[in-house]
Amino acid sequence: MAKKTVKSASEIARGSKRIKQRDKTTLGKIVGLAEGVSKAAHKGRDISVAIPTRSRANTLWNKKQRILQMGDGKADRELFNLNQAKQFMQTMLHASTIKDLIDADKTSSLRGVFYKAKHTVAGTKENTFDTQDESDPILEDLEVALGALREELHVFAENRGAMVGNITLIDKGDQIDCRHMGSGGYAMPSIVEPDIIEFKKCEADFVLHVEKGTVWNRFNEDRFWEKNNCILTHGAGQPPRGCRRLLQRLHQELKLPIICLLDCDPWGHYIYSVIKQGSISLAFESSRLAIPEAKFLGIRAKDYRDCSLSDAVKIDLKENDIKRAQEIAAYPWFKDHRGWQKEIDHMLFNGFKMEVESLITKDISYVTEEYVPARLKKKDWLD
Amino acid sequence: MGNATQLNVKHAPDRGLFEGSAQGGVAVADAPPRRVQKPVRRETAETMALKQKDIAVSEFFAKNRHLLGFDNPRKALLTCVKEAVDNSLDACEEAGILPDVTVIIEDLQPDRPATLKQSRYRVTVVDNGPGIVRRQIENVFGRLLFGSKFHRLKMSRGQQGIGISAAGMYGLITTGKPMVIHSRPSARKPAHLIELAMNTKTNRAEVTVDTETEDFPPQQYKSLNAGTRENDFLNPEDYPTGTSVTIELEGRYQKGRGSVDDFLELAAIANPHAKITFVPPTRVAANDQEELPLGEASPTDAAAAQPQALNAESVQAPNGVDPTITTVIKDGVIIFPRGTDQLPPETKEIQPHPKGIELGILIQMINDFEQANKGGGTLYNFLQEKFCRISPEKAGEFCQAIKVHSRTKAGDLTPEQIEALFKQFQEARLPSPPTNCLAPIGMRQLLAGLLKGVKAEFYAASTRDPEVYRGRPFQIEAAIAFGGELPGDEPARVIRFANRVPLLFQPSACSSFKAVVETGWRNYNLSQPRGSIPVGPLVIMIHMASVWVPFTSESKEAIADYDEIRKEMKLALMECGRKLGTYLRKRQKMQRETARRDVFERYIGEIAKAINAITGTDAKALYDKLLEEARKRTAVADVELDENGQVIHKDEHEDLKADDGVVMVESRASHLQLPEGSANTPPDTAAAPGPDRTNGKTVTDNLVPLNGKPKKAKKKSRSDGGEELF
Repeated sequence: MAKKTVKSASEIARGSKRIKQRDKTTLGKIVGLAEGVSKAAHKGRDISVAIPTRSRANTLWNKKQRILQMGDGKADRELFNLNQAKQFMQTMLHASTIKDLIDADKTSSLRGVFYKAKHTVAGTKENTFDTQDESDPILEDLEVALGALREELHVFAENRGAMVGNITLIDKGDQIDCRHMGSGGYAMPSIVEPDIIEFKKCEADFVLHVEKGTVWNRFNEDRFWEKNNCILTHGAGQPPRGCRRLLQRLHQELKLPIICLLDCDPWGHYIYSVIKQGSISLAFESSRLAIPEAKFLGIRAKDYRDCSLSDAVKIDLKENDIKRAQEIAAYPWFKDHRGWQKEIDHMLFNGFKMEVESLITKDISYVTEEYVPARLKKKDWLD
Repeated sequence: MGNATQLNVKHAPDRGLFEGSAQGGVAVADAPPRRVQKPVRRETAETMALKQKDIAVSEFFAKNRHLLGFDNPRKALLTCVKEAVDNSLDACEEAGILPDVTVIIEDLQPDRPATLKQSRYRVTVVDNGPGIVRRQIENVFGRLLFGSKFHRLKMSRGQQGIGISAAGMYGLITTGKPMVIHSRPSARKPAHLIELAMNTKTNRAEVTVDTETEDFPPQQYKSLNAGTRENDFLNPEDYPTGTSVTIELEGRYQKGRGSVDDFLELAAIANPHAKITFVPPTRVAANDQEELPLGEASPTDAAAAQPQALNAESVQAPNGVDPTITTVIKDGVIIFPRGTDQLPPETKEIQPHPKGIELGILIQMINDFEQANKGGGTLYNFLQEKFCRISPEKAGEFCQAIKVHSRTKAGDLTPEQIEALFKQFQEARLPSPPTNCLAPIGMRQLLAGLLKGVKAEFYAASTRDPEVYRGRPFQIEAAIAFGGELPGDEPARVIRFANRVPLLFQPSACSSFKAVVETGWRNYNLSQPRGSIPVGPLVIMIHMASVWVPFTSESKEAIADYDEIRKEMKLALMECGRKLGTYLRKRQKMQRETARRDVFERYIGEIAKAINAITGTDAKALYDKLLEEARKRTAVADVELDENGQVIHKDEHEDLKADDGVVMVESRASHLQLPEGSANTPPDTAAAPGPDRTNGKTVTDNLVPLNGKPKKAKKKSRSDGGEELF
């Protein structure tokens, strides 16, 4: 890294009008972090950065708000600890990278940040980062250590997931009418905060979130959202932060119910769990991401019989699946939920999984024309 | 043996067919073809009686030369050198002279074809001992079983008085050349020059030449090569008195294990007070030539030897041990220099201990005593005079116990009474035999010896207190050398000594070998395959000093496996092992500290730059500060980081430095350099990121901790490249 002449944080704040208040705060935090290290060095104190622990042990279930929260557990990442020295260096490198991004008022992808900080350690053949897998957790560490969100760090992830339906948005000043998105839909960006996306006009009654793009295509092709006056989204499997945040905003700001159509398998249940209560690794963001009122419409274990499905839909539960299902059943928010206990027991009793796509065995549009509308009408869902 | 055969024949006349070959030495092929006929009685008791006669001991050994170590040409050459050197060292020590021994082996057929593996050699051993008076020369060199060492219980190299005369006899048998002896008992008088040939029939020497000469040490050997022409070689000033023996024999000179070089090298280790000079023959038998026994311990030429010279400052050695003295090989002469000027203490002769004798010996001793006193000695006197550790009271108790008066003549005892006395010996509570009869090499000397011959980085030695087996005192010493230039991936080399004589053959039959195997070397951070000797850059040396070393056979190649002996050996090895363990732990720790420092210093630069980029602080100043901190932190002993839960006391290594039984050669230690490539893989930093310690958490009514399910299960992802994974 070439040596640069850097103006102090306050100078920058004064010198550039473009730096928004938010960035100023973030910069202050980064500078504070670095100054702490340099002060500790000059005073001969232990050189460390306190990082809240993103582990299961430090994750708490907030019964009242019905979301996962991060506990107060913190761990010191020390320079003079053989196991942590490299991570300490990587943390500092990323802090400096992010400062550069904020100074330049640019954003970068996770991969971009990885490349920006990746170089050979002076005098050795060792890389500061070998893979992106090393880099991403360090960024998350920084998020929690600085108490700043990813977008505040000017870092974003790939666009994933799509949206279509009776809503009009403004995305960085461009008006997007989600009724006219063709077959591909509106790609949900990873940062969907109000300063980027504004809801302009919404006529929809609810949001139907499906698991995968293939299912979403079926619904879009059948103009489900038009017929049922809703918004149709998918999260390409486990929904990324951007998707979850947008769903939460639709729910909180527009008061739209979120209804999920996921596979009848432990993975599908788990996706629902994440949408509903948040995840362990992002527990610190649960309050912005979790939607405790989200509903699980299907596929339900009982559907095999209720819809008289053929044997073709069955996929045997493997040993792993059974273990996973039992773990999910033991989650605090499912443990005392009779509906969910019954649902998981039923699936285990069936001994097979079912995918949403498998409903095609009844009819190509069975799922959009009969299954979902009927369930919606009966309000037959789990929550 | 002859008798037994004859008896057999007498009682089994039907075996007459084979009798011819067994008795008369006629080959079976010469016997008439198988014709079954009534056996003919060929000999009578009378005719056989004519042939039964006394056998000279020399005749017996001439036929059974393998019993004395002359089984093959290679071993014959070694045994010849060994016996002569043993005698020289024994003589010097008894006379209180620092031994200076020169061994010269000349190849008398240097132009023989390569296919001819064995050759005729002239072996000459010159010492600076007290010399031998003229009238005893024939007896010492020309008779088997003539010597001073057999009838006493005293620690010495030779035990029987067979060695050198047997070597001369072997030479005479194989080459027909007599032994040549120079002996100068007085510095002021000329040396005797004797040539003698043994008459094996009579076990007497026949002297062919008997003159006096001023040529001592024999100057003819000065012209052998460049090295021998040096002034120091066979300098008459170093040999005011002394003996020189020259034997010509058929033999084979070859290097490797069990060679003359091997023997002399080990003898030099066990006898650091001796200077041994060796002039090897010009030609070495080429096939299966191994490298020198102690790995690179003996460089093969002077050029290699010189740069090895040690810087005395880098060595931590106890007083009296000079680590700079090492083997010198120059111009065809190998010099094992003197490592110390301290002669081993003089050993005392002791009487046998009552618990150490057998019934037959006791009877014999009583007979001898009776004869010596012309039938007049009392049992009371016999017990006190002929045994050690029998006080007057104890002698009285013995007499009482077998119900005889103390004034009973020893010769009047009945066989039953003698047996009762023998039983009393076994049951009595007696002090252990005196131990001043033993002269251990001593820790310093052991270290001096090993330093001289083995280029290692760490040496440790231990000397046990004397112990007793079968009523005979013995003492065990052990030493180890580790690291340095020793080969690292081979089983440790075990070198064995009995009364300072190297034991070169039958290692696995030896008690010491078993002791090494039974010692748990893994406790000392060495690798050791199950039921085997440890593997690593290690030389293990074991010495047994005793008034009577229990060899497994007459060839004196292995020590018999007495429990008492093996136990002492193990204890000595464990003591050395502990010292080595301490050293290795320290070494490992230093390696770790070096690695730690390396890791920290590697990242400090990056950190300083990153912080400079953020705050604009002075990168250089920060770097220096961090570096200083890193150095400070890696300098202190970090007990926490020590694995195995073994806490290293800070001053343990200091103890090692102060230990008289330890030598460390830091210039040969390799642990201060990081191995190549290690810089790229700092330990454990590749481990998954994530803080290591949790400082505590708050649990309120609403907050429920997630009960500990395996984290891994949550890491599964079905979507590819997802950013939001558990």
